[in-house]
Amino acid sequence: MEWKLTSGRPIWLQLKEELTQRIVTGDYPMGSRFPTVRELAAEAGVNPNTMQRALSELEKDGLVESNRTAGRLVTSDAQRVEEVRSQLAEQLMEAFCRGMEGLGYTPAQIQQKLKEENPHE
Amino acid sequence: MNELVHLSGVTKAYGRQPALLDVNLDLQPGRIVGLLGPNGAGKTTLIKLLNGLLQPDAGVVEIDGTAPGVYTKSIVSYLPDRPYLAEWMKVGQVLDLFQDFYADFDRARAEAMCGSLHIAPTMRIKTMSKGTLEKMQLVLVMSRRAMLYLLDEPIAGVDPAARDYIMDTILSNYNPEGTVLISTHLIADVERVLDEAVFLQEGRVVLHDTVDNIREREGKSVDEVFRTMFRMV
Repeated sequence: MEWKLTSGRPIWLQLKEELTQRIVTGDYPMGSRFPTVRELAAEAGVNPNTMQRALSELEKDGLVESNRTAGRLVTSDAQRVEEVRSQLAEQLMEAFCRGMEGLGYTPAQIQQKLKEENPHE
Repeated sequence: MNELVHLSGVTKAYGRQPALLDVNLDLQPGRIVGLLGPNGAGKTTLIKLLNGLLQPDAGVVEIDGTAPGVYTKSIVSYLPDRPYLAEWMKVGQVLDLFQDFYADFDRARAEAMCGSLHIAPTMRIKTMSKGTLEKMQLVLVMSRRAMLYLLDEPIAGVDPAARDYIMDTILSNYNPEGTVLISTHLIADVERVLDEAVFLQEGRVVLHDTVDNIREREGKSVDEVFRTMFRMV
C-alpha cells in the first residue's frame, strides 16, 4: 500500500486519514492486530513520533484500541466503524457538491447528473 | 529541564567573518531534528561546536549537561560533511577501528548493513564510488547506540534512490532514546522524517518548531516555507 503525502497539511493528519481509510474499508479487518508504530513509520517513511501521534488520534476516535498485552487492535465496534465511514462519505459528498456548485450547477442539476452517471441506481 | 543539547548565547567567528551569532537552542532526547539553512548559514559550524572540533568565542555549549569532551564523544556519533576514512583501509579494518574506539559500536549491525549493500569486508575504501562511500560512512555512524547523532549533509551529492536508502537507514537504526540532528539544504527529501526544524540564517536561529506546527501555521510544506524565506532577490 502506498502513502501519498501532500505538502500543505500536517503530516500526522494525513497519516491518520490514510489509516482511517484502511480501517473503514477493511484493509485492516475489525478486531485484528494493528501494525506497530515502528512498522507503520518504516512503511510510510516517516518519523515514528509523527506516526505515534496519528495512532493516538485513532484511539481517540475509537477506531483502535490499546491492549496491554497484545499491542494495538483494530476496534471490533462495527457501529463505530460505520459511523466514521458515513462521516467520510458525507465529507466527500459535501466537497463534490461544493465543486459542482462552483461550476454553476443547481442542486437539481447535480442530482440529474448523478443519475446519468449511475443509471441503474 | 533535561535537554540533551543546550546552547546559550553561542557566538563563533572565523577572523572577522561571523559564523554564528548569539545562538540559543535546546533539543530534547528522542527527536529527529533538521538543521536547515542555505550554504554559509552556519550549519557545519554549529555541528562542529557540538562535537568539540571548534570552540565557541562566547556562550555555553552542553551535551547531556557536559561541555564537549571525552564523555560527550562517547555518546555522540558524528558524520562529517566530507569523506574522512583513510583510502588504503579495507572495510574490515574500518570496522575494527570503530570497534576499538566506540564501546557502543554494534559490529554485527554494521556487518549486516554492509552485507545488504554488497560491501565486502575485503573491499578497499579507495575503490568505492562516491555513493557507496557515503552509505558506508553512514552505516558506521548509525551502527553506534549513541545519544546524539550529528549528521552533516548526509544526502548531499547522492542520487535520489540513495537518498531514500540513507533516510530509511537513519529511521530504522537510530537509537529511539537518542536525538538525530541532520543538517541539509535538501529539505523536501528529509521533511517527512523530521520532528522539528531549526532554520539558520546568517548565523542566527530564525525559526525552531515542529514540522507539523509549521505546516499547520503556514499551510505549506517546510520546504516551501524555506524557499520563501531564503529566496534570493
